[in-house]
Amino acid sequence: MAGAPLPPPAGGTGWKGLTIPLLIPAWAVVGIFMLLPVLLMVVYSFLTKEFRGGVVWDFTLAAYDQFFLNRGLFGDEPPVIEWTYISIFWRSIWQAALATLACLLVGFPTAWFIATRPAAQRTVWLFLITIPYWVNLLIRTVSLKFLIRENGPLNDSLMSLGLITDPLPLVNTNLAVQLGLFYSYLPFMVLPVYAAVERYNFALSEAAADLYAGRWTILREIVLPVVRPGIVAGCILVFVPSLGAFLAPDLLGGAKTYMIGSLIDEQFRGSQGNWPFGAAVSVVLMTMVLLVLLWQARAAARGARG
Amino acid sequence: MSTAIDISSVVKRYGTATALHGVSMEIRDNEFFTLLGPSGCGKTTLLRCIAGFEDVTGGEIRLFGRNIAALEPNQRPVNTVFQQYALFPHMSVIDNVAFGLKMKGVALAERRAVAGRMLEMVHLSDFADRMPAQLSGGQQQRVALARALAPAPKVLLLDEPLSALDLKLRQAMRVELKTLQEQTGITFVFVTHDQEEALTMSDRIAVMSQGRVQQIGTARDIYESPHNRFVADFIGETNLIEVDVTAVSGGMADVVLPGGHRLRCPAETTATGRHHLSIRPERLSLTGTGELTGTVERVVYLGTDLQLLARLADGTPFTVRLQNSARTQVPEAGATVGLHLEEGAARLLAD
Amino acid sequence: MKGVRHYPGFLGIAVACLVVLYAPLVVVTIYSFNDSPSITTWGGFSWRWYADVFTGPEAERFGAAAWNSVTIAVLAATASTAIAVAAALAMIRGGRFRGKSATYALINLPLLVPEIVTAVATLIFFSAIGLTTGYLTILIAHITFCIPFAYLPIAARLSGIEEVYEQAARDLYATRAQAFRLVLLPLLMPGVISGYLLAFIISLDDFIITNFVKGAGMETLPTAIFGSVKQGIKPNIMAISTLMLAVSVLFVSLSYLVNRIGQKTRA
Repeated sequence: MAGAPLPPPAGGTGWKGLTIPLLIPAWAVVGIFMLLPVLLMVVYSFLTKEFRGGVVWDFTLAAYDQFFLNRGLFGDEPPVIEWTYISIFWRSIWQAALATLACLLVGFPTAWFIATRPAAQRTVWLFLITIPYWVNLLIRTVSLKFLIRENGPLNDSLMSLGLITDPLPLVNTNLAVQLGLFYSYLPFMVLPVYAAVERYNFALSEAAADLYAGRWTILREIVLPVVRPGIVAGCILVFVPSLGAFLAPDLLGGAKTYMIGSLIDEQFRGSQGNWPFGAAVSVVLMTMVLLVLLWQARAAARGARG
Repeated sequence: MSTAIDISSVVKRYGTATALHGVSMEIRDNEFFTLLGPSGCGKTTLLRCIAGFEDVTGGEIRLFGRNIAALEPNQRPVNTVFQQYALFPHMSVIDNVAFGLKMKGVALAERRAVAGRMLEMVHLSDFADRMPAQLSGGQQQRVALARALAPAPKVLLLDEPLSALDLKLRQAMRVELKTLQEQTGITFVFVTHDQEEALTMSDRIAVMSQGRVQQIGTARDIYESPHNRFVADFIGETNLIEVDVTAVSGGMADVVLPGGHRLRCPAETTATGRHHLSIRPERLSLTGTGELTGTVERVVYLGTDLQLLARLADGTPFTVRLQNSARTQVPEAGATVGLHLEEGAARLLAD
Repeated sequence: MKGVRHYPGFLGIAVACLVVLYAPLVVVTIYSFNDSPSITTWGGFSWRWYADVFTGPEAERFGAAAWNSVTIAVLAATASTAIAVAAALAMIRGGRFRGKSATYALINLPLLVPEIVTAVATLIFFSAIGLTTGYLTILIAHITFCIPFAYLPIAARLSGIEEVYEQAARDLYATRAQAFRLVLLPLLMPGVISGYLLAFIISLDDFIITNFVKGAGMETLPTAIFGSVKQGIKPNIMAISTLMLAVSVLFVSLSYLVNRIGQKTRA
């Protein structure tokens, strides 16, 4: 067979020829049951609602019109901006932002503290921080509600300590929702920040100290800029799920703390629902989240190049 | 002596980059053959083509006369000792050594016995049940050797196997490898960038650079009779001096040294004009008036030797090695010295 | 001055962080052993609510929900892990190919889209294709959103395993299938187990998406608990919560152990 053209043997480990067959299951499942539904949802947001829940296949901008514009009770007045839903979004963003800030203020020092422990202690701390992440979110939220409710253990102990005379009305307030979001997503802040601090070269701090910088100046001028990618990642991991959160506002909040999650949920419950409107609200939420992620991806790419 | 591996005009391209530009060589049976060159010269690529981890773009490789292009790595009767050993971390030492035999369908009792003998050969019998992570670097190295030798391959490929070891261990392993090769009679193809390793162990060496073979020969050939500037410079230390070639005939050339002295020396080229002359530093001695004259710039103390850094009148830097003996007279920096070329010290290079 | 690593007050915040994370869980665990049917007063230690979970009036409802939860979690984790292993092999070992970054984005899509949006989209999809919501729709949704969770640890482990081990196996006469089964798979195992456990827990944990696609009469443990909690937190819910808490802790410990063992075989 000398001189005859021979089929080339598979180079390396021979996986290259199998790339496509190996990816087909993932493409099929995520493509059909995730990507396609999301696209269909966008289509639904342009359809007409049916009164029993569901849709009629007539294309219209009604859902977005309802979201952004107010045309009066009978729909015949000149359109003005409809604030109801925008303010729900605004409240959600605000709540999520406050929860993110709280997570950062607690999460950064915690992550720093853990990263500066000896290796054996570090593992234990990380283990302790990870456990709540693995505990059912519903159960954690219910537990928090149990703890902070009007005649719950927190108020009881504060009163028996004589710190307060009347129970703090925590449940059904904005504060309770923020606390719930903070509690739900705190591990999401600690873990990426920890990963960044662990890679931080402490010689940088020593160099700064050697050049007469004080402790807090070092933190501000050296540490924070260097571990920024970890902080940004943590903030996004907290902010994004907080924005669309359903359990914390639903269980811990009340009518005044209504957030996007509940607004969407309501559109798909029973005959009161409005599927196109619910789809439209979801599209707006998804767009906001994707913009945030895109911004982070670009910032990360810039950071990697710089 | 029969040919173990016949490599003819092998070309390997990765996209637009070419790793091997038509490499040809014959590796003989029972030979300790070394591919030597700086990193990126294509030596590892060639080894991987022989092992079957890369397919060749052009040319062919014959193993004992058989074209192996269509054979998968597991169908080729060659075994590899990998650079970082690649011991299976989840298997004990003995299971690692017996792996190849198991894949070949050898019965348990026999493969245990063979693996045991292999471990004995590399002095690791007591470590059979350890896991690779529990061994030192040198021990892992020897397990990798035993593992590759256990299936009794026709050719053993070694990809810089000593580079991860410290100096003392490396020197000891050189002797051990050479002994193993002689004991087993297996053809060894050894890849290294370390010329000292190549010179001490190899029957023959192929010096490679930029995807091409520069010279193939014994250690002595390559050191004493380098073909071109790359080989002369890469193997050992040398002085390269530009000279005028006035005539070449019968493998000898007439050259004019800087300073006007005329010399007749062996030549690798047939062309006249400007060429480089290679002169090994240890083949020079100091005299009052020699073929070359230079100014001493610095004397470096190296223990067994002294290194004299000098410069010719035209500015060409020059090194001389002197043995550190009581009789050696060491000139001061700034002194003018004459240099005498020993018989056959100079060689005219091809390029 | 303890050097540049020390910042005053950080220890306090770290401890406070742990207190915040654990206080609600500890309090609920304690109160699950409260003998009193009132959730506000302590009536002494008792196992009665645990007995109530298994034999009380709601035992059948919670039992059925738990069965659904566990079987869905097992099936979803198995399917998503298998899909994730195949995808990771292609992404890490398959070299460059067109659409690689798009594939990466697709695999991670369930992580990028807010859960409530996924829930809405999935419900709309099932309704559009006329698939009745129930066990099957929950299972399909769970398999889908578990894929990235299973993928991450598997891909991370695989990219840490050099190709040279498979090459060594091939060099020693192993066929491709043998090299995969005898060398790559055992080395990949810690990642596979981590991915499986993570997918299992994520499936068991899910409330929002399940709540959208479960259909009438179908319950998983979280939706059943949510339904009960809407009427107020009762002691039997605290007992169930404590049991689920214990399962979670068991799983983290398992995954932690697997990683420890995995690090030992890392070459």
